[in-house]
Amino acid sequence: MDPTPTEFNIRIAGEAGQGIETFGSALCHIYKKSGFHIFANQDYMSRIRGGNNYFQIRVSEAEIFSCREKIDILVALDLPSISLHQSNLHKNGIILLDKAKFNMTQNEPNYFDIPLFALAQKMGGSELYVNSIMCGIMAYITSAELSLLLKTTRIIFKDKTEEIINKNILAVKAGFDFAQNYYKGKLFKINPSVTIPHLLMNGNDAIALGAIKAGCKFYSAYPMSPSTSIMTVVAHYAKKFNIIVEQAEDEIAAVNMVIGASFAGVRSMTATSGGGFALMAEGVSLAAMTETPLVIVDAQRPAPATGLPTRTEQADLNFLIHAGHGEFAKIILAPGTIEEAFTLTIRAFELAEQYQIPVFILTDQHLADSYKDIDNLEGRNQKMVRHIISKNESINLLNYKRYQMTETGISPRAIPSWISQPIYVDSDEHTEEGHITEDADIRRKMVEKRLYLKNKGLRNEILKQKAFQLENADLILLGFGSTFGVMKEACEKISNHRVGFIHLSQVWPFPTDEILEYLKGAKKIYTIENNATGQLAGIIRQETTLKIHGSILKFDGRPFNLDLVIEIINKAFNK
Amino acid sequence: MNVSDLQSHDEIAWCPGCGDFGILNAVKKALVKHNRDPKDILLVSGIGQAAKLPHYIRCNCFNGLHGRALPPAVAAKIVNRNLTVIVTTGEGDCYGEGGNHFLHNIRRNVDITVIVHDNHIYGLTKGQASPTTDLGYQTKIQTSGVIVEPFNPLEVAIALGCGFVARGYSADSDHLAELILAGINHRGFSLINVLQPCVSFNHKNTYEWYSKRIYKVDQEADYDVSNKFSAYHKCGEWDDRIPIGIIYKTERTTYEDRSGINEKQPLVDEIINNINIENILDDFI
Repeated sequence: MDPTPTEFNIRIAGEAGQGIETFGSALCHIYKKSGFHIFANQDYMSRIRGGNNYFQIRVSEAEIFSCREKIDILVALDLPSISLHQSNLHKNGIILLDKAKFNMTQNEPNYFDIPLFALAQKMGGSELYVNSIMCGIMAYITSAELSLLLKTTRIIFKDKTEEIINKNILAVKAGFDFAQNYYKGKLFKINPSVTIPHLLMNGNDAIALGAIKAGCKFYSAYPMSPSTSIMTVVAHYAKKFNIIVEQAEDEIAAVNMVIGASFAGVRSMTATSGGGFALMAEGVSLAAMTETPLVIVDAQRPAPATGLPTRTEQADLNFLIHAGHGEFAKIILAPGTIEEAFTLTIRAFELAEQYQIPVFILTDQHLADSYKDIDNLEGRNQKMVRHIISKNESINLLNYKRYQMTETGISPRAIPSWISQPIYVDSDEHTEEGHITEDADIRRKMVEKRLYLKNKGLRNEILKQKAFQLENADLILLGFGSTFGVMKEACEKISNHRVGFIHLSQVWPFPTDEILEYLKGAKKIYTIENNATGQLAGIIRQETTLKIHGSILKFDGRPFNLDLVIEIINKAFNK
Repeated sequence: MNVSDLQSHDEIAWCPGCGDFGILNAVKKALVKHNRDPKDILLVSGIGQAAKLPHYIRCNCFNGLHGRALPPAVAAKIVNRNLTVIVTTGEGDCYGEGGNHFLHNIRRNVDITVIVHDNHIYGLTKGQASPTTDLGYQTKIQTSGVIVEPFNPLEVAIALGCGFVARGYSADSDHLAELILAGINHRGFSLINVLQPCVSFNHKNTYEWYSKRIYKVDQEADYDVSNKFSAYHKCGEWDDRIPIGIIYKTERTTYEDRSGINEKQPLVDEIINNINIENILDDFI
């Protein structure tokens, strides 16, 4: 640890089914409410019970964006967690454990033994109170305010009965008292900031909120990790916002339902992961051909095939760029932060409707499941503009052609039953009226409309990249999606070299001109990607013909952590 | 509302003598009686000869992907329940490529009418077996005759609890029109499987073959359309006698009832310009 620590890192490990996530998220709330910044990530197996999972919370005085390798406090909820995670422990780190429960007698100087399960039985008559007791213990060890902790406990259990709330409050106090009486080790104390961060959420929460804000009224999906919680959150608020959430029989149904709802006039979306997206590919092409707005989230997980269902990867990039048979305009947005997951979801709905094209939101398990404190969600009060012929404008509309040729390639979109004449939409090549045709001249013009003309417009919609410290940089990193956090912190922390970065939150259409401008005279260019082939590097080469000097790749199903990235970059300079 | 209001100017791409013409006429007759403005009717189809039908009627048309007629149809109905939604599909589209959607949309029971053109053969791909082709029928692919048991859509629909299961015959367009209208008027998923000769590729189930076998089920004095077991039994008749008409009918709670969308304005009319999410952000503090 640094001489004057400004952060500490907690890992709660145990079996699936032990309530690790509940405990972890309770701690996140407690630290956030105490005025700390947090970044929490989850590592879990594709099983309902057993195995070994962890929830890791990095707590800091300054805002943070990534996870770290070394742990200060390991909370072992079962015996295997000790051997599995102690190699990640800092030399001054401690392990919280329940030796009685684990049937062990061995003692180590860094152990803090807590008769946790016995205490829980005593407190509430059930192991359910383990988490609350641990919250109390953690609060003492990390110098959090007990009063804030009690207040937060009340909020966390607000939907429960008064009896359950009170029992949990007693459990929290018991934990705090126990630690106060028996914990003789070092206290982890950092200074809270004056302003308390406003919100706490993960990437999937942000996407769900973005969809609700954007006016999504129909959500259809087939559950697939790590995308499922988007549907869960939308479903939770569906009644309040008059949204229909329909669990589809398969991903093919999901995408085709979304297209049908969109055709009928409402903003709609679906979310999945790579395997489900593969099933949706034909639907992507249908949306493009029928010029129906389509928003799809691909929360990536490691593939091929079923891969590692609950882990992270960024290997669908090329797949998405090429998804859907045929040639047509599409957009791929790759949010780098939770805030961006919100704003870019809104943007996805806007662009899909404006250009009548498929828009993909490319995330991954790391962004989907990681929690961070957030000061504000930009666009939370933004007014939506609909890109359709309104009901009023529809009244006197005559001689409507669904696929009317225009300079922009965008034909005004009327809503069925709002205008006085019927609307024809077809997946076959079609005339301006939407009727099937095999005419060569019309075919050529329609391809130009869907591809060239729309892409021309999309050139003006390209999102600005986040660029840092590019001038005179010894090395420039490029990344997309969830690697923003490690790039940002690594570049800020590395002091013996000047390392800059460019983060692309839009990968397609590729920002060729912007990247060429940024990289003019760059000494050394690396990409950083959670995949095995350096897909972004390939795209940059293809689109800019620039030489990419290397790629920092990770494809073990785990996210990058800050320490690892710094180490790799330093090694690159010592080569 | 009369037939001329439904006149499309598209050139019809079916073979002369195709059973599809009888179905097209029946749909038009039913829609005239249904008496809604064409702008309020949505015809949805997948791919195949049947799927071309929406182009030959002046109504809203969504002609989507092969096998995927049902998902966009139910979604369009869910977001705008004021539309009369009719699917025109073939047995390959609906029972083969889109079989999963057939199963689950009967369960979903959204108020749509599904007309399946069932000619027991693949026409547009030029003569391969379809899910309903009779055992033993030889094709260029099934060179020793079909060895896979035919799919019985009516039995499956009844087993799944479909509230309206009917069979029509393309050559009896008046009778078929009555079935289609009854299907439209039935609340929930209505299935009308239409027997239809394929003059190009099906040399067994011809007009002549059908005319010797077909009879109207309601001409049987004691036939009870609400009796699931006798309906199920009826669906098994094929080689000697083939019943047409409403085979099974019962009232079922619809998706619209259960989801509550009937109590609210159609989703398509929701104003989304300024949705306030401030209250729910409190859950993320």
